[in-house]
Order: sequence, then structure tokens, then C-alpha cells
Amino acid sequence: MKKGSQPTFEETAGRYIENAQLRWNIGHATRTIRDKRQLVVQELDDWEELREAGRQIKQKVMNSLDRYLLQLEKSVIKAGGVVHWATDAEDANRIITKLIKEKKETDVVKVKSITTDEIRLNRALENEGIHALETDLAELIVQLAGDEPSHILVPAIHKNRAEIRELFKDKLNLKELSDEPADLAEAARLYLRKNFLKANVGISGGNFAIAETGTVAVVESEGNGRMCTTLPEALITVLGIEKIVPEWKDLEVFMQLLPRSSTAERMNPYNTFWTGITEGDGPQEFHLVLLDNGRTNVLADETGRQTLHCIRCSACLNVCPVYERTGGHAYHSVYPGPIGAILTPQLRGLDDKSAASLPYASSLCGACYEVCPVKINIPEVLLHLRNRVVLHRKKEGGFRQKTDPVHLAMKFLARAFAKKSRYERLQKMGRTAQWFYEKDGAISNLPGELSKWTSIRDVKPVPDKTFREWWRER
Amino acid sequence: MNISLFITCFNDTLYPETGKAVVSILERLGHTVHFPMEQTCCGQMHYNTGYHEEIIPLVERFADQFENAEAVVSPSASCVGMIHEFYPKLAALSGSKVLQDRIDALIPKVHEFTMFLVNELKVEDVGAYYPHRVTYHSTCHSLRSLKIGDAPHRLLRNVKGIELVDLPGALECCGFGGTFALKNADTSAAMLGDKIRHIKETGAEVCTSADNSCLMHIGGALNRQRSGVKTVHMAEILNTTEEGAQV
Ligand code: SF4
Repeated sequence: MKKGSQPTFEETAGRYIENAQLRWNIGHATRTIRDKRQLVVQELDDWEELREAGRQIKQKVMNSLDRYLLQLEKSVIKAGGVVHWATDAEDANRIITKLIKEKKETDVVKVKSITTDEIRLNRALENEGIHALETDLAELIVQLAGDEPSHILVPAIHKNRAEIRELFKDKLNLKELSDEPADLAEAARLYLRKNFLKANVGISGGNFAIAETGTVAVVESEGNGRMCTTLPEALITVLGIEKIVPEWKDLEVFMQLLPRSSTAERMNPYNTFWTGITEGDGPQEFHLVLLDNGRTNVLADETGRQTLHCIRCSACLNVCPVYERTGGHAYHSVYPGPIGAILTPQLRGLDDKSAASLPYASSLCGACYEVCPVKINIPEVLLHLRNRVVLHRKKEGGFRQKTDPVHLAMKFLARAFAKKSRYERLQKMGRTAQWFYEKDGAISNLPGELSKWTSIRDVKPVPDKTFREWWRER
Repeated sequence: MNISLFITCFNDTLYPETGKAVVSILERLGHTVHFPMEQTCCGQMHYNTGYHEEIIPLVERFADQFENAEAVVSPSASCVGMIHEFYPKLAALSGSKVLQDRIDALIPKVHEFTMFLVNELKVEDVGAYYPHRVTYHSTCHSLRSLKIGDAPHRLLRNVKGIELVDLPGALECCGFGGTFALKNADTSAAMLGDKIRHIKETGAEVCTSADNSCLMHIGGALNRQRSGVKTVHMAEILNTTEEGAQV
């Protein structure tokens, strides 16, 4: 994708907000999961300690990521696996395509993995004549619909079951199908099963990789991941370099934090761990593709670095009042919601106008920080990135930046606030200027940028006396 | 006690009644209120929009005005949150160790008004009388940045004649977010719409909070819709007695 060729958040958010069906689907789904999460989190007396432990482990990893990565590589090789290093999406896709072609395969099965969505793996494989079948129910729905994921855990959260039923009837050639979740799942199961048995190559992401042992973990609800990682002859796993934990015992923390935060379960139904290859059991070939794709840039930013702590639980999406109303597509990234608002601009860089708009797609209410199981201070990173955006624009300069109304207002006001006399003059100016707009004790039609405010809200006129004028006369 | 008032630019200009109410309550409780005339703005709007370097002079200015105070009180939860959370960062950004030390020493003395009453002055009943049906909007900054707790509720519960009604979805953001309301006007409108619906559901005459900025946002829409519900800062409720507003 050409840089900046996608729209900014504010350009298209309105379109999604107006879609009543989408609003209802996402509002209903996020509110349900939000309440459930609250219940299972409350059960644990040591939830805050767990969060802090999660944060500390991740911080330790980031402080010595280079060392842990080398340790992981060594452990995986020792266990019979092969490690590949990919600097960017293109690199990763090339490695994976080559591996599949060497095996002369044209069909592979996939476990849900946002990291492979990030690098647009399916499209890259399709271009080389390889079809990758998504086996996670929600990811399959998105794939059949030719759609984009809108949530990191439930990629089809924007669709309701009536819509899914229509899709399945059409794409899976089914004459009869009810919209009962069990029937829909059964239809997908029958379709997928024959493909599981045929496939010789499985592709997965990973939730964690343990540096000490080289073990990779996938946790899931449906069991398709277990099938993809055990049935095929060869398994290729794409892993962002930040997914490392140092030791086995660290999982004790994350295996409590993750399920409760993501699906509001005490434990995931399927927890699959594999260490290299085991003779006579499961895939006899294992490739681990370690992906950078902008992550080392994130690591280099002292405040932004904590973004890499993310365990992709999606709790921040589910509590976000912005996400709840726009859904995921408004973010124009596979990472939507609060985590997307801080991760996407750091991965893609601030020259990308669409990505650079995301740190502003937040009212800074802080609900995300409150639920994040690894205590990523998302509002802090949002503010830091807004500052980076401003500095970046100033450096770029140019006519548009210099005449940008917000930029001009900020410069003007910073000057006014720096001196009492200027500040007081500004107060008086406001009072004088408003006669033009005031009607019956309210202002309802301000010009320019401010019309966005008065389109739905009145403004209270500046009163006859400011507080300081009253105080002086007192 | 000698209490210095940080009114905030916003209240100074648009909501002087809130400031007068704070002065009146504190004086009624036997304290002396000071108002350093050189104060202006805390810089929150700039900070939240990404303009950080520009407002280092405002941090210095705040320190100049208030560092000798016994206590600093402000009727704005978000501005106090800004000072507590981000002034240390801005002082660090300035590169001046002196400014950092000054800010570190000053911050523990800066209090949000309702928290100051309850936690510092240990007052929960200020002798107010307000015979109206009222719902309380807990602003995100008071809730999550300041951790305001139940200070506002304790004060409101002790107001005579008041009928307090819980706001459904009380923990949800009203969609203000400063310049967010302009830059992301559609999203802000959607959030505000739901907040207004909840307020109307309560059947309250008055929506109150510890911060006029959210109230300006909410009140602006209530007024536009001719809803008959008004927004009133908590200080003004607490300052109303059986004899009327005490200014
Ligand atoms: S940022 Fe935190 S809450 Fe959001 S997905 Fe990542 S770990 Fe979960």
C-alpha cells in the first residue's frame, strides 16, 4: 500500500457511525464482553499484582530484547526448528512463499493471526498461486466476505448472525441454514474439516514464545488452532519480535491475564504449546519467522516502547467509547481501537497521514489504561505521539502547516497565556466579538473550525464580568 | 488556612459564578482566599493537542504564582489532573533541574476543590440547601486521572433537599476531550448523544460535575435541544443555602 493513500480517521469515522446495523452489532458485542470481563477480573484478589507482574516481565524483555531473541533462536534450533529473520512484511512474505513452494503446495491452512494480517500474507500468497484458508470462525467469515478484520480478537465483530447466515448460504452453497450460532459453527466445521485433513502446511501466529526453551504458545477457543499446528507435516509460525517471554514460569502470569481480559474466560479452552519438532508426533518441520516490520523503531522510543508490551487481549477495544461507536474499519489498520491508535502510527511512521491521525482518535478518557492487563499507559503514549506528530509537521513546514487553523490558534493562544495583559485583552475581545453571534443568551452559529462545535451544541456567551474583574472590584 | 485559588482560564472567562461560589464556601468555612492576579492557563488544551514545548512558560508561570501558597485549590478536575500528571514531564522537558524541583515541591499542595473539602479540610456538610432533582456526571479526568473517589458524592449527599439520581452509564466519557470535539466531531457527537439520552432518562432538572469543561459540552447540547435540563458546577450547588446563593 502506498504511504498515506488511506483516509484519516476523522475523514471516514462518520460513515461508520451512521451505519445503524454496525453500531448495534459492535455496541452490543463490546458491552457484553466488557461486563463479562469485569466479573471474572473481580474474582481475583491479586489482579493488580498480576498486572504489575505482567508489566515488569514485559519491561524486562524490552530492556534486553536483543539478548532474548538470540536465546530464543538458539533454543528453537536446538529443538529441531528453523529460525528466519524478517525485517519487514515483504521479507516475511517472501520467506513464507518460498517455504511453501519448496514443498510444492498450493493450499495451506491458517490459524487466526493478526500478525499475518499485518503483513498481508494471504494476498501475497494468492499472488503466487497459493490459497491460505482461514480456519478461525470469525476470520473465515471475514475471508469469505472479502472483508477486513475489525477487531483483533473477533475479526467479524461487525457482522451479526443474520448477516453471517446469508454469507454462508451464498459462499458455502448451503440451501438450508438457520441463524443459530451452533448451526453456523457446524456449517463452518464441516467445510473446514476436509481441508484440515488435506493440508500439508499450517501457518500460525503465536501468543508467546519462551526464550529459555524455544516453546511457542497459541491460546484459543475453537480448537482449529490445535488442528493447524498438529495435523500438517510442516508448520510455519510468524511471530512479532515482541512476543517473547524469558522463562516458562512467566506464563503463570500471562495465562491468567490473557483469557480473563480477552474472552472473559478463566482459562482458554485450547492452550497449545510446541517446542521445535517431536519425532513421530505433529509436524516434522517447524519454521519460526521472527518479524520486525517497524518494531525496533517502537523499541527506540522511550515513551512509545511500552506499546510492545501488548498481549493483544483486546480489552482496550471493548471498553473504548470511540471504538464502540465507529468499529474497527474506521482505523484503516489491522490494529484498531486504543492499541491501534498507538501501535499503527509507530509501526508505519508519521509520514503516513492516515496513521498519524490515529493518536487524535481518542477523547483521552483513560478507560483503556484502566483495563490493560499489562498496564500500558495508553493515554500517555497517545499524548506523546500527538507531540511527535506536531513536531513532525513543524519540521515538514510548508504552506499548509503554516496556515493550519489549529496550529495558528495554538501559537496565538500560547502567546496570549504567557502574559497577563495579553490574556486579559483576549477575554475582553471575546466579549466584544460575540455580540455578532449571540441570540437569546446563546451562541449557536460560530464560523470556521468552531462551527463543528455549534453544529450540535450551543455556546454560553462570555458573561459581563470575568472572575478576575469581580475579584478586583471586591 | 490561607488558600490560593487557581481559577483556570476557562472558569475565569466563562464561568465566574463557579469561582465566586468556591470563594464564598471557603470563606464561610473560616479560611482566607488569595487570588494571584498573574495566573492565566494551565496549558491543558495545548498539551492534549500535542503542543508541549510551547507551554513550558506556563508551567514556570504557575510555579511563580503558587509556590509560596499554603494550599492551592481549583474547581477544575481536568486542570488539576493536568498539573499532577504532566507538569513533572513538562518540567523535565524544559531541561531545568530547578524547575523540576519547584514543580515537585508544589504539586502535593495543588488540590481539586471537592477533594480538598473532603480529604484535606475534612468537611462533608457545607450547610447547603438545594431542592432539586440532580444527577452527577463523573468526568473521566476526575475519575481516572485524579482518582476523585466518592468526595463529590459525600458532599452532595449532605445537601439538604436534594434528590440525587444515578446516571446510567455513569463511567462513560461524554465525548468532550478538548480539541477532540472539533477534530473528531462525528465521534464526539455520537458519544455526546448517548450521554444526553442517559441524562434525560434520569428525569433530573440539573446535571452537575466537578468540572465545567464537560458541563459546557453536555450543557451546550442540552440547551440546543431545549431539554429543560441545566448544567451547574458542584461548587454552585454547595454554595446555595436556604437563603439562596451566597455570593
Ligand atoms: S493494549 Fe493492553 S488492553 Fe489493549 S490489547 Fe494490548 S494488552 Fe490488551
